[in-house]
Amino acid sequence: MPRASDEASTLRVENLDVTYGRAVSALRSVSLDVPPGSVVTLLGANGAGKTTLLRAVSGTLRLHRGAVTAGGIRYGDTALDGQDPVAAVRAGVVQVPEGRRVFAGLTVDENLRSGGLGLGRRTPERIKEGRDRVFALFPRLAERTKQQAGLLSGGEQQMLAMGRALMAAPRLLLLDEPSLGLAPQMVERIADVIREINAQGTSVLLVEQNAGMALALADHAHVLEVGEVRLSGPAGELARTDAVRRLYLGETSETGGTGETGETGETGETGETRGTRGTGAAAPAGTERGVA
Amino acid sequence: MTGLLDTLLAGLALGAVYALVALGFVIIFKASHVMNFAHGSMLLLGGYLTAVLHEHLGFAAALAVGVLATAALAGAVDRVLLQRLPQDPKAAHVATIVTIGIDILLVTDLARRIGGDLLSLGDPWGDKVRTLGPVTVPDSRLAAVAVSALVIGAVFALFRYSRWGLSLRCAAEDTEAAALQGVRLGRTRMLAWCLAGALAALAAVFLAAFPATGLERTTGQIALKAFPAAILGGLASPVGALAGSLVIGLTEAFVITYQSDLHVLGDGLSDVAPYVVMILVLLVRPNGLFGAKGAVRV
Ligand SMILES: Nc1ncnc2c1ncn2[C@@H]1O[C@H](COP(=O)(O)OP(=O)(O)OP(=O)(O)O)[C@@H](O)[C@H]1O
Ligand SMILES: [Mg+2]
Repeated sequence: MPRASDEASTLRVENLDVTYGRAVSALRSVSLDVPPGSVVTLLGANGAGKTTLLRAVSGTLRLHRGAVTAGGIRYGDTALDGQDPVAAVRAGVVQVPEGRRVFAGLTVDENLRSGGLGLGRRTPERIKEGRDRVFALFPRLAERTKQQAGLLSGGEQQMLAMGRALMAAPRLLLLDEPSLGLAPQMVERIADVIREINAQGTSVLLVEQNAGMALALADHAHVLEVGEVRLSGPAGELARTDAVRRLYLGETSETGGTGETGETGETGETGETRGTRGTGAAAPAGTERGVA
Repeated sequence: MTGLLDTLLAGLALGAVYALVALGFVIIFKASHVMNFAHGSMLLLGGYLTAVLHEHLGFAAALAVGVLATAALAGAVDRVLLQRLPQDPKAAHVATIVTIGIDILLVTDLARRIGGDLLSLGDPWGDKVRTLGPVTVPDSRLAAVAVSALVIGAVFALFRYSRWGLSLRCAAEDTEAAALQGVRLGRTRMLAWCLAGALAALAAVFLAAFPATGLERTTGQIALKAFPAAILGGLASPVGALAGSLVIGLTEAFVITYQSDLHVLGDGLSDVAPYVVMILVLLVRPNGLFGAKGAVRV
């Protein structure tokens, strides 16, 4: 239920160039749109620049010595490039970072309270509303409010990271590899929740390595390769193209549905697929992922 | 027996005052990874302002000005100077050294103004004492304990319940994740410095009050004893700062009382004792009393 006209709540990334430390070019002329109410996914191997794109949108590039060197990012009327992260949160764009990054020493409750700290003072009713919504989506968190977040399981931490972001009542949610390191069942749960959040009216930009899950969820998909958009199209169509099936769905010839891919993502088989992709940049990042 | 109780109370009062200083030191470290070596001179500034203003304004207003001015200075040092430095972990060392420079500037100027004087801060307790059962205690010590307890309680409540406190704890755990929630990192940090400055200025009152004879140019150096208190507490732990301060305060009080019995170790033992205790604690617990890293508690 987009509140304003389509244009007013569309994320529009146009010809974006991002550079780290003035020298490392991470994105080149990347364009994509996230229309209101949609789920758009961004696929790509390790080091392709997926996280970089999300950082550019959420305003955290500067924390990594990165900068937008050309192009622009708008959310509705708000220009987001070059802004600080508060601007994005205030505009209704909230990112769930890769690797969950919950505040380990804080309780589940405090983590939720931290969501939307950028929105200024909010009434207790508003906060309770947010919390009720999160607990409806993730009942498991409701049982653990006083527990330290660092002691939650990986899946629970992913739920908490998403719940924390939802506390800011975002209109656009940026998810960076929510399936990372999760068992297939948990990946299913997370996928269901993303569907539910989207049904409640929040658009989603979903960055994934788990292409099976992402393509099943998304309306639209983009494939990023070494900093450039290589393929774009409706998710269903992309899922049928040979390149995507071979490179991201881990299929050799006729085997497998998307459900199976979720599992192979956990076993290192996709790592192998990535390794053989031949983009030199992907290899070292791939090994890093194996450790993490 | 009376001697023991006297000493305990004296130690408690000292510890309470050190806690005001150490807590500020720890808050600054937690917020910005900077060790503020200008903490002692900020304390001296707060005390000096209270001393020169109290005759015109009265004690309470003078103290308020001293506290606010010191808070403003500390906040400005962070915002205008330290936050401009490149913000990566290595830059914290640079910032730490910058605070040494600020300390020297401040101390030099204040020492010139104070000269050899002993300044009264005009506190309401004077040298009054009262008898509580078997012991006689100076009012100033009771005030030190009561005020510190109140103020420290308020600071802990801020930490736990306020938006600033939550922002600070989030930023200390994970700067980027905090930024993603919309935490204003610069402002959160600056407010931490302000609070620490205010606490230091308040501590100056009790360091200058009876049984001490007033504010001297060396009063700021007393803050040096709060450093080992902060470190033995775990450096980034406010609770640790509290515990460390009590340990140091009590140690000092006992050493002063029994110094004559320990004269084989030489005079000035009470000045050395805080560091000896710090080293002993660190030998047993390298992370300090409350310095256990991370959330993984088994
Ligand atoms: N802070 C940084 N400084 C310099 N280069 C960086 C930095 N962060 C990322 N890069 C580079 O930018 C490129 C894109 O990285 P990015 O993290 O966006 O990839 P990704 O697609 O998210 O990969 P992954 O799937 O491993 O998370 C990589 O070549 C990486 O080495
Ligand atoms: Mg990434």
